[in-house]
Amino acid sequence: MKAVHVIEGRAVALERSDVDTDQIIPSEWLKRVERTGFGRGLFSEWRDDPSFVLNDPRYSGAHILIAGPRFGTGSSREHAVWALMDYGFEAVVAPSFGDIFRNNSSKQGLVIAQLGAEDVDELVGLIKDDPTRLVVVDVEKCQVEVPAAGWTRHFELDAMTRERLLNGWDDIGLTLRHEDEIASYESRATTPTLTGIFDGHGHVVAR
Amino acid sequence: MAGRTLYEKIWDEHLVAAPDGESPLLYIDLHLVHEVTSPQAFDGLRLGGRRVRRPDLTLATADHNVPTDPISVPVTDPISKRQLEALEENCGEFGITVFPRGHENQGIVHVIGPELGVTQPGMTIVCGDSHTSTHGAFAALAFGIGTSEVEHVLATQTLPQQRAKTMAVVVDGTTPAGVSAKDIILAIVAKLGTGGGAGYVVEYRGQAIRDLSMEGRMTLCNMSIEAGARAGLVATDETTIDYLRGRPGVPTGDDFERAAQRWRGFVSDDDAAFDTTVTLDATQLVPFITWGTNPAQVVALDARVPDPSNFTDPDAASTTERSLSYMGLTPGTPIKEIPVDVVFIGSCTNSRIEDLRAAAAVARGHRVASSVRALVVPGSHRVKSQAEAEGLDEVFLGAGFEWREPGCSMCLGMNPDQLTPGQRSASTSNRNFEGRQGRGGRTHLVSPAVAAATAILGRFASPDEVNQ
Ligand code: SF4
Repeated sequence: MKAVHVIEGRAVALERSDVDTDQIIPSEWLKRVERTGFGRGLFSEWRDDPSFVLNDPRYSGAHILIAGPRFGTGSSREHAVWALMDYGFEAVVAPSFGDIFRNNSSKQGLVIAQLGAEDVDELVGLIKDDPTRLVVVDVEKCQVEVPAAGWTRHFELDAMTRERLLNGWDDIGLTLRHEDEIASYESRATTPTLTGIFDGHGHVVAR
Repeated sequence: MAGRTLYEKIWDEHLVAAPDGESPLLYIDLHLVHEVTSPQAFDGLRLGGRRVRRPDLTLATADHNVPTDPISVPVTDPISKRQLEALEENCGEFGITVFPRGHENQGIVHVIGPELGVTQPGMTIVCGDSHTSTHGAFAALAFGIGTSEVEHVLATQTLPQQRAKTMAVVVDGTTPAGVSAKDIILAIVAKLGTGGGAGYVVEYRGQAIRDLSMEGRMTLCNMSIEAGARAGLVATDETTIDYLRGRPGVPTGDDFERAAQRWRGFVSDDDAAFDTTVTLDATQLVPFITWGTNPAQVVALDARVPDPSNFTDPDAASTTERSLSYMGLTPGTPIKEIPVDVVFIGSCTNSRIEDLRAAAAVARGHRVASSVRALVVPGSHRVKSQAEAEGLDEVFLGAGFEWREPGCSMCLGMNPDQLTPGQRSASTSNRNFEGRQGRGGRTHLVSPAVAAATAILGRFASPDEVNQ
């Protein structure tokens, strides 16, 4: 993945709670075998509605999504992250997130900035007052800022996720540095395997 | 030393490395794969020139996408077809056992693992699907992962993981007759809320849980994610071991007894401490139903549609209003007066043999209301064959239900089984999100017995009303 240091740009507020991954990218979009092209499906059940906030020209080109509590709960589909990024979002700010969604985001370099509910409300207020206001999500300093309003808030990012984002590290590469430990675990583990249960066609072997 | 919880025991046993400043690395004993969340992971492997480290710990099935028409009917949707083919090709290329559409072992991934006996106590199990928590019924640490993690497990058989906090959900006392595992978990999700379990691994404990069959425990653990918890667990007991005995994936004879002895150790120690404990009184439980657009929006089947003006929290009131407007419901309406268009009996929550028996017991000798389309979709070919051997297919067909081929089907509407806009369903699945069963569809989650009664009366109903 690409390294991420600072994200700067306009923000848009999706003022709803419990936006689950089915809403972010409906299941009809999950049949694709590619990783790209999901931006068109982002929030697709809502996109036809002219009053939907992403259709508001004042927010077009926003790179930062501000969302309500429990954003990204539900299904494990990483397609939700692909869709947000393909559409152009680089960071999501919300009071809380679904666990798997947060994990998936960290693998793709979508920055998850969790702020207190009141801070998120303030941020939404600042953006709605003036949609052209620049918002900064700084991974290095773990801060969300609205420089024009002198507004800065800290967010928590675990050290490992921060390092990975800043360096653009690939998780598999990181894990394979522990190849010896994996091999040694395997040599002592008693994990039952599937060997001998199924034949070459997946039929259960008679015993 | 203080005792350990079941979660901590499994964690300790699977810790490969705990490097400074990095997430601990956990070994994965079983990786279940399906067509929707895997193609991009296999592509990633090819791009990186990597192989599947342990094809012998990896098992694949087609489920999300498959049509539930007879196998003689070809897959007409070209994108679905491509995805199903990609699964077979990828598994062929990387040496993974796969059950394609029509295969005797094919079925919903969380149904086939347990029924084949490859889900066993003490294991770590992952799958690119959030309902992997189902396997926790077997005292296995099982959780859903995203596609990048699928690729990670394929390549390394490990996952970097943060240790979770532990929550005991204790359901004390004996559940009244007519209250199923589905009702217990709906009550739990309502109590915890959609985010209440976030960051926790939940262990379900107490008399009402011990009394459940393995099928019931799977229903329970299945919906752990609906409260935000990635995994749910039930400790091993003799119910677990009896279920596993004789399954294809378990050892036989003395080897089985040795394995069972080991499995019996996968329980929390008496003096183990949980970070949080939540208690429910089983004797107070009744049949439940969801009324809204998230699985924590639950009321008793006998109750009325909630009224937003009764909520003091303005957020809750506005969320309620939004949900009611999507669901097309008027506050104060008795739930049992609401008519339904579609009844879906299936999904990894409630498509096992016991679920079908419960639904058939209600349907036997009755007719589905003429205004209702009712589908029964067994969780796997094995469930389907067993049900047919017991004559349940004839009960359903005789009552006017459709009897379909196994798959996820209308649980998420990726195949042609979908609600049309505005249609209302009684569904035994696990998610009532907006559009989950088809664009504009309105989903109410219920148990199999309530679903069957609802199909017959054409409105939400309890089984005892059917014979009145
Ligand atoms: S039945 Fe539904 S919840 Fe279960 S694996 Fe399939 S789509 Fe997911």
